[in-house]
Amino acid sequence: MIFLDNLVNGISLGSIYAIIALGYTMVYGIAKMLNFAHGDVIMMGAYIAFCALQYWNMPPLVSLVVAMVACTVMGVVIEGLAYRPLRQASSLAVLITAIGMSYLLQNLALMIWGANPKSFPSSMINIPTISLFGGELKIAGATLVTIVANIIIMVALTFFTSKTKMGKAMRCVSEDRGAAALMGINVNQTISITFAIGSALAAVAGILLCSSYPTLQPTTGSMPGIKAFTAAVFGGIGSIPGAMLGGLLLGVIEIFGKAYISTELGDAIVFAVLIVVLLVKPTGLLGKPVREKV
Amino acid sequence: MSENKKTPLLEVQDIHVYYGAIHAIKGISFHVDQDEIVTLIGANGAGKSTTLNTITGLLRPKHGSIYFRGENVTTTPSHKMSSRGIALCPEGRRIFQQMTVRENLEMGGYTRQSGEIAESMEEMFTRFPRLKEREKQIAGTLSGGEQQMLAMARALMSKPKVLMLDEPSMGLAPILVEQIFSIIQELHEAGVTILLVEQNAQMALSVANRAYVLETGLITMEGDAQDLLHDDAVRKAYLGS
Repeated sequence: MIFLDNLVNGISLGSIYAIIALGYTMVYGIAKMLNFAHGDVIMMGAYIAFCALQYWNMPPLVSLVVAMVACTVMGVVIEGLAYRPLRQASSLAVLITAIGMSYLLQNLALMIWGANPKSFPSSMINIPTISLFGGELKIAGATLVTIVANIIIMVALTFFTSKTKMGKAMRCVSEDRGAAALMGINVNQTISITFAIGSALAAVAGILLCSSYPTLQPTTGSMPGIKAFTAAVFGGIGSIPGAMLGGLLLGVIEIFGKAYISTELGDAIVFAVLIVVLLVKPTGLLGKPVREKV
Repeated sequence: MSENKKTPLLEVQDIHVYYGAIHAIKGISFHVDQDEIVTLIGANGAGKSTTLNTITGLLRPKHGSIYFRGENVTTTPSHKMSSRGIALCPEGRRIFQQMTVRENLEMGGYTRQSGEIAESMEEMFTRFPRLKEREKQIAGTLSGGEQQMLAMARALMSKPKVLMLDEPSMGLAPILVEQIFSIIQELHEAGVTILLVEQNAQMALSVANRAYVLETGLITMEGDAQDLLHDDAVRKAYLGS
């Protein structure tokens, strides 16, 4: 049963990575940039949900919506102010800006909420623990909600990108920005919407993350952010199912590594697996081979 | 807007375009009238594609203006060109490789209503029966000729007032080149105004009404396509005889 317990925890952690990784991979796929501030948007989302719940006494679902709306606005503003002026600049300039944005958000959180960790309220996800196999396997409410949320997000995003006009426009921009513009697609607007979706998902991820791991501080987003980025690369950056698969695998590997090999080496094992995968398949598990332009 | 005979459908006035420090287009002017096929011919690197990309707003001229139906569209963003009535079938086709044939066509009509899209889609499937057969196939798996047809059909999905074709014969076998050019003629007969850019001067001049010869960013010759086809200098430089 310890094995099953670990598996469930792994899938739950992996689901959080997957939701964060979706933000990285969508932005990369469409705007061709690594938004290293994404992990910090997660942290901001968690703080906003925390305030809504704790200080403003809002019910959990309203707090979730408030955090999602705030992060959506934040994502669009970050893109518009910091990244859009660099659309024609070198990718290095964009990368450095993204890292700068990451520190800006962390220090902003430090200014507003201070360095002392806050304990994220368990009332956010108020679902009792489920006991299976006569109490031998216990699944926490937060774990269950995380896994279900992940499945819902995956199905919704798949539907969005394959069936809706906006989703198809995103795929066009991702493949060929110039050709997309020729079709009449507003490229800047499409990139904004991508940031909006990624950031709304970041708020969800922040709440799920802090419901399972309740220590909230300004650096809360950085390690999960880096791991989710790893998950996105692992699965094949730019690919939505890849982010999902990469996230889940990474979570399971991390928990199993910690449980069966070494607690201290847990993170090292995760990154070692990434290195091996990239050596064997440089585009990631579900990544598309880079097409040579004729 | 009235289709005044004096106002050309598309008019380019003295445009200069730079790639960084390189002066790619050094002040060219030309026009396309309603119902014409006009061709820009010239060697590789003469600035033909640059000219088309500048008209659609993918590149910006440093000087000069572009008028479409009498309106200045020099600084109109490229995503607004399609709904104004300018469609470009770009060099190298640039179809959406990972989307199906049907999705590519849908995206061609992006700015139109779904009813109009469905209607144009039927027209395209009638004109290009091969695309109907391949409707659900991923566009990247089509042959070169099929991809060219898809690119043309996708451009036509916006029901353009002027269709700009950039090297439609590039990389195709001679039999397919013939086929593509007969489609161009059919489109012209169906009332589509065409601006054609080609390296294959022989084919381009034989279908066009008027032609401009572009050499390293300048127009060196212009006139009736038939006249140019029989002009000694043109024959020597571009027709290999």
